[in-house]
Amino acid sequence: MSNKTKQNYLNHPKGIMSWLLTLDHKRIGLMYLFSGILFFFLGGLLALVMRFELAAPGNDIISNEVYNNVYTLHGAIMIFLFIIPAIPGALGNILLPLMVGAKDVAFPRLNLASFYIYSFGALFAMYTIINGGVDTGWTFYTPYSTQSSSNVVPMTLGIFIIGFSSILTGLNFIATIHKMRIPGLTWYKLPLFVWALYGTSLVQITATPVLAITMVLLMLERFLGIGIFDPALGGDPVLYQHFFWFYSHPAVYIMILPAFGIISEIIPVHSRKKIWGYKFIAYSTLSIAFIGFLVWGHHMFTSGQSVFSQIVFSFITYFVGIPTGVKIFSWILTMYKGQVSFTPPMFYALSFLFLFTIGGLTGIFLGAVALDIHLHDTYFVVAHFHYVMQGGTIVAFLGGLHHWWPKSFGVMYNQTIANIAALGVFIGFNGTFFPQFLLGLRGMPRRYATYDEQFVELHSYSTFWSGILGISIFIAVMNLFWSFIKKNKVDPGSNPWGGMTLEWTHTSSPPHPHNFEEEPVLQHGPYDYDKVIVDKTYKK
Amino acid sequence: MGHHNPDSPSHLKHYFHDVNQQYETSKFAMWAFILTEVLTFAGLFVAYIVYRSWYPDMFVDAHKLLDVNKGLMNTIVLITSSLTMALAIWAIQKNNKKLSVVMLVATFIFALVFLGIKYLEYSHKFEVGQLPGEFYSYMGPDAVHLNNPHIFFSIYFIMTGLHGLHVAIGMGLIAWLIYSTQKGNLTPEYYTPMEMIGIFWHLVDLIWIYLFPLFYLIG
Repeated sequence: MSNKTKQNYLNHPKGIMSWLLTLDHKRIGLMYLFSGILFFFLGGLLALVMRFELAAPGNDIISNEVYNNVYTLHGAIMIFLFIIPAIPGALGNILLPLMVGAKDVAFPRLNLASFYIYSFGALFAMYTIINGGVDTGWTFYTPYSTQSSSNVVPMTLGIFIIGFSSILTGLNFIATIHKMRIPGLTWYKLPLFVWALYGTSLVQITATPVLAITMVLLMLERFLGIGIFDPALGGDPVLYQHFFWFYSHPAVYIMILPAFGIISEIIPVHSRKKIWGYKFIAYSTLSIAFIGFLVWGHHMFTSGQSVFSQIVFSFITYFVGIPTGVKIFSWILTMYKGQVSFTPPMFYALSFLFLFTIGGLTGIFLGAVALDIHLHDTYFVVAHFHYVMQGGTIVAFLGGLHHWWPKSFGVMYNQTIANIAALGVFIGFNGTFFPQFLLGLRGMPRRYATYDEQFVELHSYSTFWSGILGISIFIAVMNLFWSFIKKNKVDPGSNPWGGMTLEWTHTSSPPHPHNFEEEPVLQHGPYDYDKVIVDKTYKK
Repeated sequence: MGHHNPDSPSHLKHYFHDVNQQYETSKFAMWAFILTEVLTFAGLFVAYIVYRSWYPDMFVDAHKLLDVNKGLMNTIVLITSSLTMALAIWAIQKNNKKLSVVMLVATFIFALVFLGIKYLEYSHKFEVGQLPGEFYSYMGPDAVHLNNPHIFFSIYFIMTGLHGLHVAIGMGLIAWLIYSTQKGNLTPEYYTPMEMIGIFWHLVDLIWIYLFPLFYLIG
């Protein structure tokens, strides 16, 4: 590694067009990352508007109508513009070819097309905001969504378009994982993040088309009154819910599986110990992806389902807990007798374990029919899915960003600030959402702009901590970007955490434009910390 | 840039090891895409099943308003086009460029005939008002007793419409194949696009094979 290492994917080739028309998976990943973070902040801002409105009862800041728009846009932006496309799109794109030793994904041009399709869909979502918003909730339930005068069509059209980007990314990843691995990199030698992306991609290509067709039916219902979802025309609005959740429950796993993958990478590296139960984790990913298709009915316990369906869906829902529990215990056992170092990525991974476990267990509560009928559409549900989506996915995403930041950009952030911000995220998150479990148990319904006096204390508490949470996330992300400006470069050959996967051992930081200067030869498994001497630059 | 083997063919992308890996990757992804397509239509088949079980008598009576002969003709046309598509691939494998182009043109024409017949069917339905949802206005003696026939026509138009869209997209792809084959870009060594579009075309055919009995041959 001589002066050749100066050439990397960030500085070569140069020029704005070389970025906009790039076929390099790493650059496409970066474009997903920046747009994703942009939408994350936009969605977060909307969340803060809601929290400040809810700091006290009554309509203090915004009207009921505006509130309806704000929570709809918050949900739709966070799910369809940030979590679903941007996490596999960003970290998946940057890392997948590196992890399998390939020069690129299987179809680089399709990959760039995915990004632009996503951007095009996002334009419709932005148009929705400028044109006065949409007020149906991110689920677009009929019959209200066929009657609402807000921008249902632009928003659903945007989601329809983004769906294609999701499908194409999924296809690309599956083909890459199957066909682009270097010789000797067998399935059981793949990093678990790759297994996670595999599960995610499978769900993306099989569930997303159903969402696409659902959005088409919804738009046709509005344009042509086709009657499929309209009881006045002999149709059934509940069928919409079936269609919607047939996609959107598996979509929950599109959102959480990459997070599981990130945690499976962070914990062994920062515990300096081989992952415990590799095959258990790998197969639990696939079983979650599969079981995820059979449980959509648990979103509809109060939608006039037969008792028999309720029991069946409830029973299958409990099954999700098994592979998920397998993962949690495997991660804990990985840390057992390891050399755990409290680096920022590890802080996030530990936060994840704590928060996701709460999110997962409360999911089991909600899977029980009797409890769900009591808790349905209350803040308990809001708290549950935020513990999973934010406490799980976004915390893991932040952990992943901190873990692979020096690899992706060749710079190291201030680790002290990163740790403080991670702590702020953890405390702020619990402060915001734990009270919401209590609010839900006491009967506070979701999607209301105001509330009874009895809820004041918990709501104001939640609002206060949401401010801390927002500031902490902002500091965490700014600290990352600050490392560019400060140019706190790491040695291109360095491996700051001592990772054993190919992206750490066989390429420079930031990586070469073609990933590897020469094709990597596999010498060890992804977690064989005992077999290989850790990079000399590991302990600074 | 890269380390091109001097004797590696021009169609080999630099990020693949060899031609075989590139071909296998395309084929694998195409089948994954076919899975996506099947799931897309599956949603609509579910809608069909739900409403047929809700309104079994209406479905049986409403299907009599469709033109079985035209449907049958289209079935034959599309199956034949699948054959010509397969023959085009066979011809290029045998290095018979001319026959391959002829077969592709035949496939294109069959697709056009299919859409032509579909157009005749659709325009007749537009004339008499056998239309989806609110636009349904047909009051003929064979339909007055029907319970919500517009649901049948909603599903009919959405499913055959989406299928027709696939036929149209397929025609665009086949037109491009005709051009590339004629230009000599596809050879016995490299005909991956033709095989991929062939797989797609067979799927389009296969979906129609299900649509035809489900709409035209009920009861």
